[in-house]
Amino acid sequence: MSAARTSRVAAVSNEQLRPEREVRSIVDTVLRLAKSIGVAETEVHVDESISALTRFANNAIHQNVAEHTVNVSVRTSVDQRTARATTNRTDEDSLRAAIEASLSLAHSQPKDPNLLPMPGKQRYRGVNRFVKQTAALTPEDRARAVRRACDLAVKKGQTAAGILSSAQSQTAMGNSRGLFASYRDTHAVFSITMQEGGAASWAKKNAANVTDIDPQRLAQRASEKAHRATEARELAPGRYTVILEPAAVLDLVGFLFYDFAATALQDKRSCFNERMGKQVMGKNISIEDDVYHPLQLGAPYDGEGIPRQRVLLVDKGVPKNLVYSRASAKVAKKKPTGHGFMLPNEYGEAPMNLVFSGGKASLEEMVASTERGLLVTRLWYIREVDPYEKIMTGMTRDGLFLVEKGRVASAVRNFRFNQSILEMLRNVEMQGPAVRATGEEAFEMVVPAMKIRDFHFSEVTKF
Amino acid sequence: MWDLCTHSLETGKIRGASYADVRVMHLRQRDLTTKNGHVGTLAQSESIGLGIRVLANGAWGFASTDRLTREGVAACAAQAVSIAKASALAKREDVKMAPENAYVDSWQSPFRKDPFEIPLETQLELLLAADAEMRRVKGVTLTETDMQFRKIDSWFASSIGSRIHQRKVITGCGIVATSFQGDEIQKRSYPNSFGGQHALQGYELVESLDLLKHAPVIAEEAVALHSAEQCPQKTGTLILGGSQLGLQIHESVGHPIELDRVLGQEANFAGTSFLTLDQLNKLRYASDIVNVVADARLDHGQGLGTFAYDDEGVPAQCTDIIKAGQFRGYLSNRETAHLVGLDRSSGTMRTESWNRLPIIRMTNVSLLPGTWSFDDLIADTDDGILMETNRSWSIDDRRYQFQFSTEIGWEIKGGKRGRMLKNPSYSGITTEFWNSCDAICEREHWTLWGTPNCGKGQPMQTMGTGHGASPSRFRNVRIGAAFSKQ
Repeated sequence: MSAARTSRVAAVSNEQLRPEREVRSIVDTVLRLAKSIGVAETEVHVDESISALTRFANNAIHQNVAEHTVNVSVRTSVDQRTARATTNRTDEDSLRAAIEASLSLAHSQPKDPNLLPMPGKQRYRGVNRFVKQTAALTPEDRARAVRRACDLAVKKGQTAAGILSSAQSQTAMGNSRGLFASYRDTHAVFSITMQEGGAASWAKKNAANVTDIDPQRLAQRASEKAHRATEARELAPGRYTVILEPAAVLDLVGFLFYDFAATALQDKRSCFNERMGKQVMGKNISIEDDVYHPLQLGAPYDGEGIPRQRVLLVDKGVPKNLVYSRASAKVAKKKPTGHGFMLPNEYGEAPMNLVFSGGKASLEEMVASTERGLLVTRLWYIREVDPYEKIMTGMTRDGLFLVEKGRVASAVRNFRFNQSILEMLRNVEMQGPAVRATGEEAFEMVVPAMKIRDFHFSEVTKF
Repeated sequence: MWDLCTHSLETGKIRGASYADVRVMHLRQRDLTTKNGHVGTLAQSESIGLGIRVLANGAWGFASTDRLTREGVAACAAQAVSIAKASALAKREDVKMAPENAYVDSWQSPFRKDPFEIPLETQLELLLAADAEMRRVKGVTLTETDMQFRKIDSWFASSIGSRIHQRKVITGCGIVATSFQGDEIQKRSYPNSFGGQHALQGYELVESLDLLKHAPVIAEEAVALHSAEQCPQKTGTLILGGSQLGLQIHESVGHPIELDRVLGQEANFAGTSFLTLDQLNKLRYASDIVNVVADARLDHGQGLGTFAYDDEGVPAQCTDIIKAGQFRGYLSNRETAHLVGLDRSSGTMRTESWNRLPIIRMTNVSLLPGTWSFDDLIADTDDGILMETNRSWSIDDRRYQFQFSTEIGWEIKGGKRGRMLKNPSYSGITTEFWNSCDAICEREHWTLWGTPNCGKGQPMQTMGTGHGASPSRFRNVRIGAAFSKQ
């Protein structure tokens, strides 16, 4: 056992990631072992994560977990064939076994004439998303914050459920052509549902820096909305003006992300097939992919180690550009944009850091400007009904309110919607500033609150 | 492995745990896919580690490690106790567990052909051949195939003296043909969508599917859907194929009966349930021909919810969920059993991996076979729509209101299957829907379908569940709302 590993054992309550030199040493060991057995090309990814999550319900902690994982993933490429093998053991015998497993898989398939040689050394723009305060969060810190939120619930006669989690992770990759890249970040999440009688409301935030999250403020917000959500009345389904809070916007528009992949268009499964360059959304909608945005997280390189580029995907409602892996770029005679997944895969690439341009309106201004509409806290269980028109179905959840004459009038029973995202983005009347939003259906993006006309609710449920 | 298990349990006890259980798990997985005649994913992975759950100061803590040394597992156990003590800072009452016996046992799921021993060339050759059969059909624009194999060894030990080793072999396989024309994307899958069929079987499952026979059929259907009539919007008679009914059971029976949801433990994420505790033995869940069980025993079949012991060391059981239409039971664990008057867990604690806490999960939640032949069911239907193979699914967070769409539909008129319908969908309220069931096909048409991708818990865990179903008929169902404009 190495000295570094021994010290990790001692600090059980405050584990730390391996030093970068140790991670690089794993990468180098794999490349050396592969070279020694004559592998033509080798790529290795090392991913390490330390995470902890405190879960509460019924105003008490009921689950409380921690994990520390390392995965080493090896891709070999020989004679126009490639395959991947992954292990969570880092001793030399296990790494050698992973190389051999990858080789065995690679040899079993037909040659792929389109397989590209691995890329050489690249230059990366630095990003700093590792926050010591997040990494240092202890079980006691989490328990105390949860206790305060639960105490608020008890005081208000409500029931709280949610999570407070923290994580630190690092990833490094290298290949036999001299490429090396590494990245580390931290991540914290607080999510809370407050229930009062049959009503509930919800608030959630995530950030690299745990001090950017105020659990008690979120608990207070959820508590106030849960109280307002009691005595919900039933409205008839139909088309309504809606004001979607950022989490609701995120969980819907999040389903667009893969449609911007060049491979999705090449496979004719994107909603932008035959629609590139056309006015398919409103002129007030612009979308880019930007891993360097201050509210974004993620490594500045893709699964092959190509630097991620900022890409303008939709300009004033017109889909203008796609993202490309090296393979899809070659097919389209374009340059790769640094959005490829780890090879081999059949999906190619995707933008993982969407940023909407947004607007300047506040949620209060949207409400004040609405004669009759619905204020939506959150959406739930969203699934694709029609992949080309991008019709999605799902439910409202945890706080749906009727807005009348510029004011929030009453709570409303939850609706099912069947709504085309493309149509929705043609009907946006007002937007708030884009924020880092978090929901449960899509990964985090930077999106605004939106006021949208003619949003289609097809059925109503019983609460 | 047992030495590591014992050492971690002893460490937990020394550090203050009043109860502990530990799982060492070794997971091996192989994934193969093709797309448009080329190999897509070709990958293998393995992971081994230990997770320990402890009760200390009346509260839970869980920690996991991939460091399988005595020092590593001891540190992990100490961390779990430390976390449990932190949990106790925000507890309402001490955790109580239903009694359970200690078991020392070893079990392996039955299989005829180990998929990891079948040459990769053979597996890829079959997928590429099926892929080619689908591409032969004019109008098909995308073809995809996949196989997935898993071998999971788990060593469970607990402070009450259990020592249980289980080995499971799981196989999955499916093919998909997609066609883009005009302003529509249509697709057909076999034998099911979203990865095909998955079961606790070996490579014999793949061989039983006869992919090459079905590949051109689904490819032709995918293209034909473009010229099919749109599914009408109406209230009427619906016949569901077995795989779609399996998912209907999963969403509208399997999830609402999970006691952790009922008790509010999933309120922030997966949601709660309309099946509050006062409904047990009182609610008319379904019509009187409907019988649903949660059965993890091998006798029920080789499903994704089949095992000998759950991940809390409780033997596999069969629990009545709906009996002659009446609501009879929940899925419980040792912590929640007493809340529904049980003196023992129903054995449904399952974990995705060594680094995840076991939580209440569906096992094989199945609709028992009825008495109808499929031909008689069609012949007995004057006006209805047959829907097959799921395309989308959604249900509210208390599991009342649902909407499903399927890949293909068929009009039934005058007791005969008629024209093809595209974009079929149906929706309803769970109990109203199940009470409208008036015919269930017999065992000959019954399949134990596998749902390999059920997400639940935080951190998220993906689990495989089984759902036995045969084609069944439902009356007065709302049809076509997914494509309604008003």
